[in-house]
Formats: sequence, structure tokens, C-alpha cells
Amino acid sequence: MSVAAAADRPGTAATAARFSPRWIADRLSKGVIHVVVISLTVAWIVPTVGLLVTSFRPFAAITSSGWWTALAPQFTFTLENYTKVLSSTNLGASFFNSFMISIPATVIPIAIAAFAAYAFAWMKFPLRDWIFLGIVGVLAIPLQLSFVPVLSFFVAHGITSSNLQPYGLQFLPVWLAHTGYGLPFSIYLLANFFRALPSELFESAEIDGAGTLTVFFRIVLPLSVPALASLVIFQFLWIWNDLLVALIYVGGAPEVAPLTVTIANLTNSLGQGYQLLTAAAFFSMFVPLIVFLSLQRYFVRGILAGSVKG
Amino acid sequence: MDWGAFLTTQLPILIATVVAVPAVIVGYIVGAEFLVRRLPDAARPAVRPWIWVGPALFFVSAFLILPAFGTAFASFQNNTGQFVGFKNYANQLADFPSGGAWVAIRNNAYWLVLYTAFVLAFGLLLAVLFDRVRYETLVKSLIFMPMAISSVALGVIWKFMYWYQPPGATQTGTVNAFLVGVFHTDPRIWIQDPAIDNFAIIGAAVWGITGFAMVILSAALKGIPADLLEAARVDGAGEITIFRRVIFPLMMPTVVVVGTTLVIFALKAFDVVYVMTGGNFGTDVLANRMYKLLYFSGNQGGAAAVAVILLLAVIPVLIFNLRQFRAVEARR
Repeated sequence: MSVAAAADRPGTAATAARFSPRWIADRLSKGVIHVVVISLTVAWIVPTVGLLVTSFRPFAAITSSGWWTALAPQFTFTLENYTKVLSSTNLGASFFNSFMISIPATVIPIAIAAFAAYAFAWMKFPLRDWIFLGIVGVLAIPLQLSFVPVLSFFVAHGITSSNLQPYGLQFLPVWLAHTGYGLPFSIYLLANFFRALPSELFESAEIDGAGTLTVFFRIVLPLSVPALASLVIFQFLWIWNDLLVALIYVGGAPEVAPLTVTIANLTNSLGQGYQLLTAAAFFSMFVPLIVFLSLQRYFVRGILAGSVKG
Repeated sequence: MDWGAFLTTQLPILIATVVAVPAVIVGYIVGAEFLVRRLPDAARPAVRPWIWVGPALFFVSAFLILPAFGTAFASFQNNTGQFVGFKNYANQLADFPSGGAWVAIRNNAYWLVLYTAFVLAFGLLLAVLFDRVRYETLVKSLIFMPMAISSVALGVIWKFMYWYQPPGATQTGTVNAFLVGVFHTDPRIWIQDPAIDNFAIIGAAVWGITGFAMVILSAALKGIPADLLEAARVDGAGEITIFRRVIFPLMMPTVVVVGTTLVIFALKAFDVVYVMTGGNFGTDVLANRMYKLLYFSGNQGGAAAVAVILLLAVIPVLIFNLRQFRAVEARR
């Protein structure tokens, strides 16, 4: 099922003769639909556009008039909010930290999930289907349930971001945590995809004497690029945008905090300079929006695979 | 930001990480397979699967399953590890209905009902409407865009949408300017007035997730055979009848799937609340209460009890999901 392939259903308008009452009524209802669709969409993007416009307005203007007044001449836009928020806060470092967290926390769970999904789909072992069912069940468990024990284990064994040195290793707890949390969905999605691959592929590879590794790296992975791509986008966006797991396992220390944590702190601490928040928020949206807009097709496909299967 | 330090120390670390992490993972599987191949022929099929699922089972057990049991234990202990029976639960659930946990439970119930209902309603409405225009792809991606941004950014966006100035002053927040300018009523303090703040926050969250529901429902809508709809039209059914009698029943399974996902999202609600009000002014939810108990009150037992309450709320959904899954498997 592809979203892009908008099936152009035969509308009712095609059957009525030109300028007949039926034709006029159809045209009118078509017109109403266009008005409704466009006004709903405009209403939907107003919040985002409002923030974007606000982030380019000078402080005095933000406090004295609504953002919509800036859309009429004379235009007084400025980059001041962006330069100020980047120089006066640790947003730049947080931007980097977000990458330091997101990239390994995307790669590790997806690689491990791909191994497991391959086994679930194409190997026989005791309790296989029950274990898989267990993984489906775990999908619904709230992450909150795991924080107290995991955190006390990390603290007891010195695996905390304030303890680990050098820079880089500090993110180990959050990488491991995201791996655990990201696995159930990744395994579920990939196992469904791997299982749908034709079994002749595996049989003929076996006859040709290809080993398990060769089949996995040369056949399964290349054929699964669409599923892997959507999963990568999903996991990356989820981690980039995550606040809760980062708060728990990285904490708010400025030198390790990712963008979400830094901005959440700014919402409480900025007070007078609250207009800087608009720039900060847009700064954090920049990477996910690029990822989303350039890879939207895969993203949508992933959502569909996760919900309406088959 | 210090670009010198960035280029000389941080960037190399990032690059090293990006290279080292995949190397370790591929090294594991290649190394383990190498060892498996040294085994006698008969032992290989028994050992190999565990090599492939092993790491996943380890992480899922270590970070989700075992901690869930650990939390269940911790909810019966005080901070020093002494067994205290149901005392944590009793403390958390004291003072019905004004106690902190009860407020959070009430708000989660608001989320559960309103968030799920409005997202499904909007998602369905948009999917059906957009199906009838040629610029469907464009409007869909505009509605879907908030999915890409974090709840933190979403919270900031809506803080500005709900911005409040006293009556008489120029309203700079979109919602209040609209109220004053179009309806000539007094502006409202959207996110600090206990009478309406929950609904204001849920509204912001609905805005963010509707695109998700719309995309899935729209795909289901396109799966309905066109000749079925055409036959109904030929029989003289109006568009509303067609929606009620043909489209909606056929989309029901998808609505259920999306609905259960939304129920889980609603129960886990955290980020938006944390950013917009921090759970103050009567907007607390269970996830935020747990975070506060853990970090600000240092009350591990209480936090664990709240987490278990959250789990109890999720269990019906979990059972439902498993039954759905088995039904789908049976049809394979």
C-alpha cells in the first residue's frame, strides 16, 4: 500500500452534464471541500509558522505585537535571537551531544535487532514463537517501569555519565538504555519484513554452499534496505527528540546535555529573555525536519508496516 | 561555542564512535560465527540461533523485563530496602480525590479519552477530506510535519500560541488574539488555569500526533476497493451514508490498531506536560509524577508504586495487543 499513489477515484462530477443543476451542485460541493481542506491545513501550520516568524523578530516587537503583524511591511527581521542564544547558552555543544547520543543509539539497536529478527524469521529454536510473543508484549510496557532498577544498577557499578571519562564514554549509559528500549519495535518490524522474503532465496543460497553470514550480509540486508531505512529514520528521530530517557541517564549537566534537555532547562531559566526560546526551538527542529522532509517516503512506509501489516 | 576545541577533541571522538560501534557489532557476529563453525556438525543448529538472538534477549531482559520485576519489588520497599507492604501505595493513593497521584490519574484519564478521541476524529476527517483533492500529498506532509519535531519544541510552540496578556493589553499569543479579536471575549490564562489547562495541553499534543493517525487511516481508506463505493453511489446512497455504512466499518480494524497505540501514548504522556507546566496547576500526569518522586523527592518506593500503577493501566492494552497479534498470525 503506497500513500503516494493517490487512487483518483471516479468522482460524481464526471457523470453529470455541463451546467445541469447536478453539475452545479457537484462543483459547489467540490468548492466547499477545497475551502475546508485548505483552511484546516492553514490552521494546522499556523503554530509552526508563528514560531518561525517570532524567532526572527526583535525583542521589542515580540513583546508589543503579535507575530502576524510582522507579515506586513515594513519588515524588521533580525538574526539577533539566534546569535544570542548560541553565544549565551550551551546550545552549540548540545547540538553536538545530540549527535553523539543519536548516532550510536540508532546503530546499535538496529544492528542487534536485525540479527535477532533473522533468527526469529529463518532459524528454528526452542520457544521461538513464545519469545517473539513476549517481545510483542514488551512493546506496550511503559519505560518508566525500568528507571529505578536500571539507574540504581548503573549508580552501584559506577556507570554514570559523571563518572565515565573521557568525553564520549559518558554517553554509554544512554546508548545502552536506548538499545534496550528501541529493540522490541525494531525486532518486530524487521522480523515481519524478513519473514516475507521468499524462502526459495534461502534454499538456493544453501545449495550454493553460502554460509549463514553470507546469506545475512549478501541477501537479507540488501533486500531489506527499505525496512532498514524507515527504521533508521524512526529510531533517529525518536532519540533526537527524546527528553525523558536523556533526563534520566544523561542528566542536565551542560557539557553532556542534548538539545531537548538544554531547551527544557531554558524554558524554566530564561525568564526575561524568553524570546530566545523561539530561536532555540527552531534550532533543534532543523535536523529532524531535514531528515523528515528528505526521507518522508520511508518514514511513512515504516509507520504503515508497524501498524497495518500484510 | 569553542570551535577549536570542537575540531580537535570532540569531532574526532564522534568519528571514532561512528567507526568503532559498527565494528564491534559486526566483529561480534563474525567472530561468533567463526567459533560456531568450529563446532561438530550436530551441535551447530542448536547453538547458532542463540548467537543471533542472544544480544537482543540480553538487552530486552536487562533493560525492560528484569527491571519491571525489580520495580514491582521496589514498590513494596522503602528507600533503605526494608519491606513495607502496601505502604507506598497507601501513601500515593491517600486523600482521594485531591491527593497528588489521584490528580495525575484523573489527568491521565482525560488524556486517555480526549487525546485518543480527538486524534482519531481529526485523523479520520483529514484522511477522508484529503482523499478528494489532487494536492493530497502536499497537505498531508504539512499536517504530518509536527511528527518530526520534539515534544520540547512542541511545548515551546504552544507556550507562545497560548501566551497571555491582561485584558486591554495587546494580545501577542495567537489563541488569545483570536479570542479577543474575533469573539470579543476576555483572554484566558490557558496553561495556568486549572479549569482549562489540561485541555489546552492535550490540544497541543493532539496537534502534534494527528498526522500519524491520518497517514495510517488514509492508507486504510485507499485500501477500500473503488468499485464498492461506486456500487453504493449507483444505488443512490449519499456520501454521508456511504461513509457510515461502507467506509467506516471497513476501516474499523485500522481505527482499533491506531486507537490502541494512542491509548499507550496517552498513558505514557510526559514531555509535553513537563515542558509546558512541569505538572503544576493541576496538570500532573503519572509519568511526570514518577519523575518528580524519583528526582526531586528521592522517594524510590513511591516512584516505583506510581510506575506499577501505570503498568496496571497498560495491561488491558497489552493483552488486547497480544490477542490481535495471535489472530493475525493465525491468518497467515
